[in-house]
Amino acid sequence: MALMVVKFDLKKRVKLAQTVWFMYWFAVLAGILVLSLGLFFKIELRKRSELMDNNESHFLPNVLIIMGLVACAINAFGGKVCYDSLDPTKFVKWKPMLKTFLVLCVVFNALLFATALLCFVMRIPLQFTLAEGLKNGMKYYKDTDTPGRCYMKRTLDLMQMEFRCCGNDNYRDWFEIQWVSNRYLDFSAKEVKDRIGSNVDGQYLMDGVPFSCCNPTSPRPCIQQQMTNNSAHYSYDHHTEELNVWKRGCSDALLSYYGGIMNTIGALVLLVTMLEVAVTVGLQYVHSSLSTLANPEDMESESEGYLLEKTVKETFTDIMTKMKAMGKGAKVEEGAAEPVATVS
Amino acid sequence: MPFLTVKFNLQKRVKLAQGLWLIYWLSVILGIMIFSLGIFFKIELRKRSEVMDNIESHLVPNLLILVGMLACGLNAFGGKMCHDCLDPMKFSKMKSMLKPFMLLSCGFNILLLLVVLLCFLMQFSIYLTLAEGLKNSIRFYKDTDTPGRCFMKRTLDMTQIEFRCCGNNNFRDWFEVQWISNRYLDMNNDVVKDRVLSNVEGKYLMDSVPFSCCNPGSPRPCIQHHLTNNSVHYDYDHRTEELNIWNRGCREAVFSYYSSIMTSIGVLISADVAGLKYLSTTLETMADPENPECESEGWLLEKGVKETFTDMLAKLKTLGRGNQVQEGENTPEVAT
Repeated sequence: MALMVVKFDLKKRVKLAQTVWFMYWFAVLAGILVLSLGLFFKIELRKRSELMDNNESHFLPNVLIIMGLVACAINAFGGKVCYDSLDPTKFVKWKPMLKTFLVLCVVFNALLFATALLCFVMRIPLQFTLAEGLKNGMKYYKDTDTPGRCYMKRTLDLMQMEFRCCGNDNYRDWFEIQWVSNRYLDFSAKEVKDRIGSNVDGQYLMDGVPFSCCNPTSPRPCIQQQMTNNSAHYSYDHHTEELNVWKRGCSDALLSYYGGIMNTIGALVLLVTMLEVAVTVGLQYVHSSLSTLANPEDMESESEGYLLEKTVKETFTDIMTKMKAMGKGAKVEEGAAEPVATVS
Repeated sequence: MPFLTVKFNLQKRVKLAQGLWLIYWLSVILGIMIFSLGIFFKIELRKRSEVMDNIESHLVPNLLILVGMLACGLNAFGGKMCHDCLDPMKFSKMKSMLKPFMLLSCGFNILLLLVVLLCFLMQFSIYLTLAEGLKNSIRFYKDTDTPGRCFMKRTLDMTQIEFRCCGNNNFRDWFEVQWISNRYLDMNNDVVKDRVLSNVEGKYLMDSVPFSCCNPGSPRPCIQHHLTNNSVHYDYDHRTEELNIWNRGCREAVFSYYSSIMTSIGVLISADVAGLKYLSTTLETMADPENPECESEGWLLEKGVKETFTDMLAKLKTLGRGNQVQEGENTPEVAT
C-alpha cells in the first residue's frame, strides 16, 4: 500500500516535471542566498574580532557557506534530472542513481534544519565572548603605542559611535579603568600625583568618559569630564541628566545586533529548508510516476506517483532489516574466511 | 544610395529581432536603474536639506525619475514591437507606428544627453547652496530650544561624524561663533563675564570645538577645549597636531560626496546612451522586411546622410510655406 498515491497522465507528468524544474531553480537561488548570508556573517564577525578577544567561533558562518555550496550543487543536479525526465532517452541514464540521490536529499534537508536550529542556539556562547572581549578592549584603550593594540582605541570609539553605547554595562565602567595613557599625563603636576596616589594600583582614574560616548541629540554641548560633580557645570544634575551620554552598554548593544542577524539568518534558513523539502517531495513524485508506467514503451500511458513505496511502518522495518543484513553479511564473510584455514 | 546596407535572409532577420528584443529588455532594466538612482538622489538631498539652506533644487532627481519611467515605457514598447516583427500579420499592423516610434527614440536620446549635461552642471549650484547652508547651521547650532532649529545641533553633529569634517572651511569656524547656548552659561561667573565683554557683539567665544569634530584615530584622548593654548595640555603643540580633530571642512566633504553621486549617474546614463541606444536604433532601421521568406536589405538611413539632412530641411520649409499659403488663401476669401 503506497503512501499518498496520485494518478498521472502524460500532461500531468509534464506539468509536474516543469513545476519541479522551476522550483529547483528557485532552490539554486536560495542556496546562493544561504552562501551569501554565511559570507556576510563571517565578515561581520571579522570586523569586530578585536572586541571579541580574537577567539570568536567561526563555526556557524563556515557551516552556512558549506551548506550553501552543497545546496547549489544538489539543486542544479536535481533541476537537470527534472529537465531530462521529459525525454525518455535522456532519463534512462539518470534512473539508477535517482534513489540514492533522493536519500542524499533527505539527509541534506535534515542537516539544513539542524543548521537553522544552530543559528538560534549559538547566541549563548557569543554572549560570553562579547562580555570578555569588551572588558579587555576597554583595558587596552590607552595602549595606542603597543603593537597589536594600537587600533583598539579607534575600534572602540567607532563602535561606541555606531552602536550608540558607552562602556561594557554602562558608562561607569570607564570610571574604573585608566583610559588616558601615561604619555599624556604630566607627572610633575600635583593633581595628577594626587589621583595616582589615591588608589592601590597607581592608576589615573577619573569620572570622565571618552568623546565617543557623547549623544549628539543632547540639547547642551557634551559633558565628558567630571560627570559626577554637579558643581563643576552650570545647571547640571548627573542624577537626572538623560541625554548627555549614551545610556546603553555596548555588550548589550552588540549582542542584540548579532542576535538579530542570527535570528534573521535562522528564519531564512528555515524557509530554505521548507523549499528543499518541497522540491525533494516533487522529485520523488517525478521519479515514482516515471517508474510505474502501465506500459513502459508507451509514453502516453497512465502511471501512479507515490511518496513512499510502502507505508511508513513497513519502510522503517525494511530499512532496519537492510541494515541488519548488512551487519550479518559482514559477520558471515568473516566466518567463511576461517574454515579456509582448516581445510588445507 | 542607402547608408550602411546589410543583406538579410530569414534566419538572420530572426536572429536580429531576437538580439534586439534582448537589448530592449536590458534597456528596461537600465531604465529602472535610472529611476531608482533618481529616487536615491532625492532621498539623499532631503536627508541633508537642513544643511543646504532649504532652497536646494530638486530638478535633477525629478528629471531622472521622469526619464527613468519614460525609458521603461519606451523600451518595453520597443521590445514588444521586436517580438511582433517576426510575425508578418502583427508586423503589418505595427508598420505604421514604426517611423514615429524611431523619431521618438531619437528625441528621447537627446533628452538623456541633456540630463547628463545637467548632472555635471548642477554641481555648481549644490556647492553654493552648501556653503550658505553650513554657515547658517553653525550659527544655529546652539538654538536647540528654538522651534524649527532644535535639530540643527544633532544634524550638524551627525554630519561632522559621518563625513569626518569640522566646520565650514576648517575647525576655526567654530571659534568665531557662540555654539554654547546662554542657558548653560553661568552669567555670574567672572570668566564668563570677561569673555562676553571681550568682544563687540557680546558673544561667548572660545577656542573650542564640539565633540563631533574629534578624530577617533588620534592616539591620545580628544582635546576639544583650549585648542590654541599649548600650556593647558601636556605634551601638545597645536601647530603640529594633525590627528586630534578632523582637518577637512564640511563644505568640501559633503560637496565631494554629492558630486561623486552626480558624476557617476551622468557617466552611467551616457554609457547607456552610447552603447545600447545607438545599437538598437541601428538595428531597428535595418529590421524592415517586406517579404517574409526571401532576402532583403537593411539600412541605417534610406538615403545618404547629406541627402537625408537636405530632405529634412526641405520638409521643414514646406511645413512653414504650407502655413503661409493657407493664410494667403484665407485672407482673399474673408476680404471678398
